[in-house]
Amino acid sequence: MKPFVAFALTLFVATNSAAVHSEVSDTSDTSDTSITHALNRIGFGARPGDVERVRSMGLEKYIEQQLHPERIPDSAIAPRLAGLETLRMSSREIAEKIEQPQIEARKAKRDGEPATPQDMRANAVVQELGEQKILRAVYSERQLQEVLVDFWFNHFNVDARKGPARFMLTEYERETIRPHVLGKFRDLLEADAKSPAMLFYLDNWMSADPHGPHMMVTRRGILRPPPQNKNAPKGLNENYGRELMELHTLGVDGGYTQHDVTEVARCFTGWTIDKPRAGGAFVFRPALHDMGQKVVLGHVIRAGGDQSDGERVLDILARHPSTARFIATKLVRRFVSDTPPPSLVERAAKRFRDTDGDLREVMRTILLSPEFLSAGGDDKMKTPFEFVVSALRATNADVHDALPLVRTLQQLGMPLYQCQPPTGYKDTADAWINTGALVDRMNFALRLASHKLPGIDVTTSEPVEDLALRLGGPEFQRK
Amino acid sequence: MISRRVFLKNGAFAMVSLGFAPSFLSRTAFAAGTTMRTKQLIAIFQRGAVDGLSVIVPHGEAEYYRARPSIAIARPGSVEDAAIDLDGFFGFNPRLKALKPFWDARELAIVHACGSPDSTRSHFDAQDYMETATPGVKSTGDGWLNRYLQARRNDEATPFRAVAVASQLPRMLQGPAPSIALHQLDQFDIRAGQATDKTRSLFERAYGISPDSVLNGTGHETFDAIRMLKAADPAKYQPENGADYPRSPFGQALKQIAQLTKARVGLEVAYADIGGWDTHVNQGSAQGQLATRLEDFGAAIAALVTDLGERMADTVVLTMSEFGRAVNENGNRGTDHGHGNAMMILGGGVRGGHVYGRWPGLSVDRRYDGRDLAVTTDFRDVFGEIVVRHLGVRDAAPIFPGYNVSPSRFPGLFT
Repeated sequence: MKPFVAFALTLFVATNSAAVHSEVSDTSDTSDTSITHALNRIGFGARPGDVERVRSMGLEKYIEQQLHPERIPDSAIAPRLAGLETLRMSSREIAEKIEQPQIEARKAKRDGEPATPQDMRANAVVQELGEQKILRAVYSERQLQEVLVDFWFNHFNVDARKGPARFMLTEYERETIRPHVLGKFRDLLEADAKSPAMLFYLDNWMSADPHGPHMMVTRRGILRPPPQNKNAPKGLNENYGRELMELHTLGVDGGYTQHDVTEVARCFTGWTIDKPRAGGAFVFRPALHDMGQKVVLGHVIRAGGDQSDGERVLDILARHPSTARFIATKLVRRFVSDTPPPSLVERAAKRFRDTDGDLREVMRTILLSPEFLSAGGDDKMKTPFEFVVSALRATNADVHDALPLVRTLQQLGMPLYQCQPPTGYKDTADAWINTGALVDRMNFALRLASHKLPGIDVTTSEPVEDLALRLGGPEFQRK
Repeated sequence: MISRRVFLKNGAFAMVSLGFAPSFLSRTAFAAGTTMRTKQLIAIFQRGAVDGLSVIVPHGEAEYYRARPSIAIARPGSVEDAAIDLDGFFGFNPRLKALKPFWDARELAIVHACGSPDSTRSHFDAQDYMETATPGVKSTGDGWLNRYLQARRNDEATPFRAVAVASQLPRMLQGPAPSIALHQLDQFDIRAGQATDKTRSLFERAYGISPDSVLNGTGHETFDAIRMLKAADPAKYQPENGADYPRSPFGQALKQIAQLTKARVGLEVAYADIGGWDTHVNQGSAQGQLATRLEDFGAAIAALVTDLGERMADTVVLTMSEFGRAVNENGNRGTDHGHGNAMMILGGGVRGGHVYGRWPGLSVDRRYDGRDLAVTTDFRDVFGEIVVRHLGVRDAAPIFPGYNVSPSRFPGLFT
């Protein structure tokens, strides 16, 4: 497939001349396959007309444009999202305006009063967030950005079903993940470490120095929290410390020990949330912090530190060569192959190290690599989310109501924002292609093609059966 | 990463059967109306690392109560919601009382301090190691149950020989031997929108000619399974013997396993899982987060065993979880990741009513790394004994590569 690269370059040069369409038509078969492939990986698949559009501007120019989403006009998306009012709210507002009234409504119901409309809005926040995710993926011109928001949210996964996390995710995606997906990894990592959603999900907000000044010494000399606050943290919780290294940075084989896990957890004591149930923000509480000396991956962090201990850990981890390799591997797996080519992983990791974790540069290395441009016909399968969104794009669907699609994804085994383990959803074919999944996909294709999905109009001249077979057939499952 | 690769399915076989009535219909016991004494294994995975010390409680050990001031399960008889005594030293979590009759009937055995020789405290690595049965080796491509299916070639095999009632095929069942995942029996058909028999056959043809071996193979398994399930008509299902399944996803998954078993579609290996065990904060004791999960877990298994009734003579139910949790409770009335854990083995042929495995003790000097329950039984010895003594495999070596499966190390779960 190497010749394609040369061809793409030729095309890139040729786009400035007029009448490109007719001039390249004799080789457009190869090019269209490659463009379709690229649109499946960089974005959520081609809409009718997209392949021609990219062909005329040149694939590499399209990729370069996608690497700068801020330069791509995207005015069509705002009206699509206008009705979803919680999207613009802070966690604090959501807690006040939606969570609290719900809790009161539930209490009232227990007292025998009938359910109120507020009561009916349980889970509305996560549902709206899911509708938003689908609508952006279908309609945004900034396709790569949407793919990367999906990728990085999944990398720093938080499950909406864990307590108040459900009303923290709107702000989490909007302010922690989205602004950083093409920025510096170190910034993304710190934003995440300080996000109430992550602090809550991986329990760090409860982690404390077991001997800290917040503890009270009883007459028998036993340390325990003061009696008026029985549920206050009284010791170390290593959940975040472990997943920070295993899942967010170094990778499980990145060279850390159980001792490092405990030391990292000590560094992050005191990183907590100001009133989590009220949607409060990150706060550092010195009284919970372990002031002793720590040694993390051989680096001594001196006694007497404060919030800076955790920040120092983030520096160490973000710049560790294992992190560059781990992130490069995951990105190459997402964009190129379930079995990432080692040479490309090495180049992407090197770019990560050379640019101090500049994710835009790492993405450019991957997307302009021959391995990416020549891929196709290999092993990547669409996840249920990618399958549903690409089907809507392929049919130019007009989605008035995305809620039925949120439910569809639940049935397809990929409920949005509800992946329980901190690993996030798997990104390989083995997780998604099985008998039950194929049956579900064929049924979704049939429903969409025969206009049986409420709130969705499909305009196509293709006969129902042909369309269903195309969307539910084997070729459309690949990306 | 080789370990994540999907194995190539048997595309040639798919082509041969295309367009013909599936030949298994004429071969299977269910079609011929005879009874087959096929041995069955039902594997249950508790994903997220259940706290074994709260499930099978070492109430005879004072250290247990010292290590867990706020979450220990009380000694039997000491309070109302105490551990249910099993043998004077161990006891059930009170929320598992639905399983007690099987212990009393000596059908349920426990292996405690059981686990992996690998030290990982990563959920994901430990699950992989338990499912591939190759601790420490990540490049293993197939799961141990799939290797069992490969080792035990069955020319009469139906598409339902190995079924995961789950939305994803677990690693344990991945590999070259056909196995299927389905989550809802009553929705297992191509029938949405304006689907007709013709639509179904067009889809079948499309997958049949796909050059992608995974899609082609999976498609083949899918359409065979759909046809067979239709013939078996499981819609009329009624649980027997007064079995009462919880309405939870786990309860419904086990109900569907019973349904498939009784539909006699050739089920040999079944799989279901249940999550929510990663209790770092406010684990609870006899009440609370963990207790609620255990109630569902125990009631569902009890319903399955009750429902299967006499069929349990040929069936073993095996429960597992990737590792146990630290002996000391953490700073948030929860437990962090640990090492050794407890497994349950339930079935007609099981020498139950006994806790197997050497108990290493909980005092700090006897713990693994000074913090966790040590492992005294390699989980492969439990799997190995089931494969050899229950499923009747003569040579288990190919199923457990790199491990010497030796009856001398079997816990002795079967006579």
